Amino acid sequence: MRLERRERVPLGLAIAAPVVAVIVALALSSVLIAATGVSVLDAYTRLFVGAFGSRLSLTETLTRTTPLILTGLAAAVAFRSRLWNIGAEGQFYAGAITVAALGSGIVALPPYLLIPVLMLGGAVAGMIVLLGPVALRLRFGVDEVVTTLLLNFVIILFVSIMVDGPMKDPLALGWPQSVPVTSDATLAKLVPRSRLHTGLLVALVVALAVWAIEWRTVFGFESRVAGLNPSAATFSGIALPTVLLTVAGLSGGLAGLAGAIEVMGLKGYVTTDLSPGYGYSGIVVAMLAGLNPLGVVLAALFVATIFVGADAMSRALAIPSFIADVIVAISLLTMLVSLLFINYRVRR
Amino acid sequence: MTSTSAVLELRHITKRFGDLVANDDVSLVLRSGELLALLGENGAGKTTLMNILFGHYTADAGDVVAGGQRLPAGRPRAAIAAGIGMVHQHFALAANLSVLDNVMLGTEPMARLLSNRRAGRDKLTALGNKFGLTVDPDARVADLSVGERQKVEILKALYRDVRVLILDEPTAVLSSVEAERLFSTLRTMAANGLSLIFISHKLNEVLAAADRIVVLRSGKVVAEREAKETTRNELAELMIGRRVDRPVREPQLPGDILMQAYGVMVTEAGRTLLDKVDFDVRAGEVVGIIGVAGNGQAALGGLTSGLVKPASGRLELFGKAFERADGRHFVQAGVGRIPEDRHAQGVVGDMTLWENAVLERIREPRFSRLGCVRRQAAVAFAREIIARFDVRGAKPTTHTRLLSGGNMQKFLLGRTLIDAPRVLIANQPTRGLDEGAIAAIHRDILAARTAGAGVLLISEDLDEVLALADRVRAIVKGRLSPALSIAAADARQLGLMMAGIWGEADRAT
Repeated sequence: MRLERRERVPLGLAIAAPVVAVIVALALSSVLIAATGVSVLDAYTRLFVGAFGSRLSLTETLTRTTPLILTGLAAAVAFRSRLWNIGAEGQFYAGAITVAALGSGIVALPPYLLIPVLMLGGAVAGMIVLLGPVALRLRFGVDEVVTTLLLNFVIILFVSIMVDGPMKDPLALGWPQSVPVTSDATLAKLVPRSRLHTGLLVALVVALAVWAIEWRTVFGFESRVAGLNPSAATFSGIALPTVLLTVAGLSGGLAGLAGAIEVMGLKGYVTTDLSPGYGYSGIVVAMLAGLNPLGVVLAALFVATIFVGADAMSRALAIPSFIADVIVAISLLTMLVSLLFINYRVRR
Repeated sequence: MTSTSAVLELRHITKRFGDLVANDDVSLVLRSGELLALLGENGAGKTTLMNILFGHYTADAGDVVAGGQRLPAGRPRAAIAAGIGMVHQHFALAANLSVLDNVMLGTEPMARLLSNRRAGRDKLTALGNKFGLTVDPDARVADLSVGERQKVEILKALYRDVRVLILDEPTAVLSSVEAERLFSTLRTMAANGLSLIFISHKLNEVLAAADRIVVLRSGKVVAEREAKETTRNELAELMIGRRVDRPVREPQLPGDILMQAYGVMVTEAGRTLLDKVDFDVRAGEVVGIIGVAGNGQAALGGLTSGLVKPASGRLELFGKAFERADGRHFVQAGVGRIPEDRHAQGVVGDMTLWENAVLERIREPRFSRLGCVRRQAAVAFAREIIARFDVRGAKPTTHTRLLSGGNMQKFLLGRTLIDAPRVLIANQPTRGLDEGAIAAIHRDILAARTAGAGVLLISEDLDEVLALADRVRAIVKGRLSPALSIAAADARQLGLMMAGIWGEADRAT
């Protein structure tokens, strides 16, 4: 048996593969569910109902989808250019804390200006966080996997200092959380009496924009060349450092924007548990989507479904909600395997 | 013809890939102690045939018989057990391990705790001495040259006591000196009773090295010749199926100087790659740079392509200083460039032809507006290249990696020549190509010369330089010899030049 590279990937297969991967992952996870003595069908039904079954659960799933789209895009654009940004988590918090700092009344602008300015501020903060490691890689060859990963901890600790120190909310009964942003800096609700906010629309528009940038612009063209064949990029006169720094700006900016929108749309303030690992889940989302910006939207929806649904499932049945992490992790593995079958065919 | 017994036999092998018949009823006999060449153009089915022999592919019909025994299909282990070894074009070595580790890898049972290094080392040394394949057993493979790595691959096979060794395009990655050494090793091995098959599309080397030549064309055996009883022309015609004449250079007076280097030094990490070189390229002439691989060709190509900046000295283009410019400036100023390694530098294999067509020119207004790619213009541009430069089996939306080497090179040259560059830098333009493609590339280069372009041709293929160049220089350890007019060059003089011996008196301008 051997693998042969396909000359052409059929579109049907490219769409079917992630679906099959998800089904296989659910099948594999069902073994664990069965091991707890619960009916698998019952468990998955509750998972599905928990994610989509009511107005509340549906809006909750979409609320979770929003930051995952943005961090997924952050990973996808970076990985496309072979820039391994593992630091979306840190960039997310940098964006969040920046918005909390600027949005609590320091900047006085009308809401229609304040909101874009704050989003931009969060994005710029995320950008700055990623530009450092990428500049180090370009100048000294420092591995950005290590630097971006470690910066996550530095930034989260910094946020922790801020919310327990200079930015601490005196009205929070001693809890370490930042002063909330003003109502002018809060995003409108998309669905009344739910947590779903207009940030979802922003994320969807941004996904479309990222797709257009990658596939329609000169910068997108050059960033794809940079990822697929850096020596050919250099030979053909593409300024690799400039391209990679711009990609870093875009990637960090998207993760920062995710943090900004999460603060402005949802809680209004920053705590150190603002993100249940959105930055890291973004990597999974990007991989599940095959780095395609539009695929990221679907992959983010899937991951959010599993997390929200598994919470409901674990409340209803005695299954630990950790099962969500297991399902997502297994889907990533099955997706990687199915990517192999997309690009290669098996020959005897 | 001797009547020694057949050690290996292929009987009526047929293999299809979809609609393509890669091997069509191929029969072949390998005798003991014989050096057999399997000659054919790229895509003639040579590699497929050898992969069937070795069990990597299963034939649709036919048998492989080794030492009188039929080999089970699709079982490389059976082939190994029958004493068949294969050296692939792309080596399968672990770069971070030593030579000895690589050779012994997989020869000892997993269950054994200790590896018998001493016995392995002794055997390796004995084999090396016997066949003239001396490599330091403790050297790390990553530190070895390509030629040495190939020796390790051959030693790996010998260590497994092969009786039949198959080499797939063994000289593709070697310089001419290394190739010569390889063939003398292969002859020693044949004299010691091993049987060898080597796959090649190079006429000169099969004539020089092999005992017997089997010619494969479109999956069929079209001829079998004793090397002594055939000629280069006959083989070329058999291999291609028609006469292919390489184009002839017409005499032509050169024009103005287009590119000129004054005492250019290029260094990298303290090493001198180019040592105070002076040269010029004039309009309507081809300047050939000959030399053994690794003497500074890459640096010279990089310098003249805008990739490498001189540490000192001056590079002038069209009378203006140009050493600080990058690749894009060179292209825009009218320098066409053919990179040394078309896969690594020339194209992005996973992008389409239309994207590769505009790789160097994406920022020009005709291919982008306000930062957005003008896809239709780029597709039309690619279509024109494909049509004008006879790139076969390709559409603008084809992925570039699917092209054969010859067609990829025609596309690359087309992308460069379609805008009529004033200077063309061609670094190893026909490396690894078959006769038909070589003739096409040569025609295109000479057409550019006729149109008034100045061509700098860097090549390890002496025949190529002699056929195309008006003047020739040798590159030796980063130094350039004075230019010699090709009319005045003879083999002895060129040989001396390539050995680094030249007198200032030979200067011809």
